[in-house]
Amino acid sequence: MKWMNEGNLLKRVRPADAINTNRFLKAANRSITVMVALGLLSMPIHAATTSGTEKTSPSGAAQSVAITNAWARATVPGQPVGAVYMTIKSRDNLTLVHAETKAARQVQVHSMRLREGVMQMREQGQLSLAAGSTTELAPGGMHLMLIGLQQPLQAGSAISVKLTFVDKGKRQTTSMISVPVRPIGP
Amino acid sequence: MNKLYKLVAAIAIALVLTGCEEAAQPEQRFSAVDITGGAWGKNFQLIDHDGQPKTLADFKDKAVVLSFGYTNCPDMCPMTMYKLATAVQQLGNDANRVQVLFVTLDPMRDTREILKQYVPAFHPTFLGMIGDEQTIDATAKEFKVFYKHQKPDASGFYTVDHMGPSFIFDPQGRLRLFISDEHSADAIAKDLRTLLKG
Repeated sequence: MKWMNEGNLLKRVRPADAINTNRFLKAANRSITVMVALGLLSMPIHAATTSGTEKTSPSGAAQSVAITNAWARATVPGQPVGAVYMTIKSRDNLTLVHAETKAARQVQVHSMRLREGVMQMREQGQLSLAAGSTTELAPGGMHLMLIGLQQPLQAGSAISVKLTFVDKGKRQTTSMISVPVRPIGP
Repeated sequence: MNKLYKLVAAIAIALVLTGCEEAAQPEQRFSAVDITGGAWGKNFQLIDHDGQPKTLADFKDKAVVLSFGYTNCPDMCPMTMYKLATAVQQLGNDANRVQVLFVTLDPMRDTREILKQYVPAFHPTFLGMIGDEQTIDATAKEFKVFYKHQKPDASGFYTVDHMGPSFIFDPQGRLRLFISDEHSADAIAKDLRTLLKG
């Protein structure tokens, strides 16, 4: 994670971003963090598992996305769908082009919005992540929709979700995240 | 929704100002929207998840909570059902004087078998309700619950735009309260207690 604060990258980070980064680091230490780097895969993973110490990280064109606070709500028997939420922080322009899990037949990016009392849910297709952006997938908004659950999502368990990102240069990278299942309820 | 609230509020104020018989009764305060006097919705005829035809008369002496949704709804519907279950659990022994009915807005996919798994998972006394498409459509219209099936995608999956309110009838079979996602389980439990006192 410390790669955010270092080397040539630091020159591009505005003070506000640095503050957000620190918050982000704290959050990341509490939750599942997945670092994806195109071409330099080993560096961010090493960094992601290291906290509180300064590490020198390679500079260069590594493109990264950090996923934190991933969770899914438990489902009941007979409920064929579930929703996965997370925070995605992308350092570069990336597109989430595909998501899959063994827990469900299909995963789609869906938006949800309450409009004049009517809940509307729509498939979004691919999810664009602008460089430096933080995208929240949260209840009442964007989420990964699990369609055709193989079995109910049990609170306390976790499911693995594989995410595939593509950058502007069409380079593709995948990320496996572990998504803990929380009880139904607020 | 705001329009509906305003309409409901206007009706409530009008009833009080005109000194109708409702105003003469002991004052009852509710967290949910008081729609007492609404003459609609009393004649629903649906099939429960055990295959039994049901009308409001089958739940005599119980407060009846009617909720609309569909099982392919990932968030709003389960949260509403969870909230209603939490409210009913808070009632202790009075829980058996409340009947929650979950009416599917998606009768094509939500079969009786699916509802029989889904609905009692929230609370064992809850009943899933189905009907043919015409019956469901008429019931939703009767309660002014907007819903619209979206076009299926390549895999055949579709979502259903819908309102998520619930309606509460008192044990005398009168339509009394309108609850939406902003009303908490605690508030609903309190309102149900008030209705059960009569």
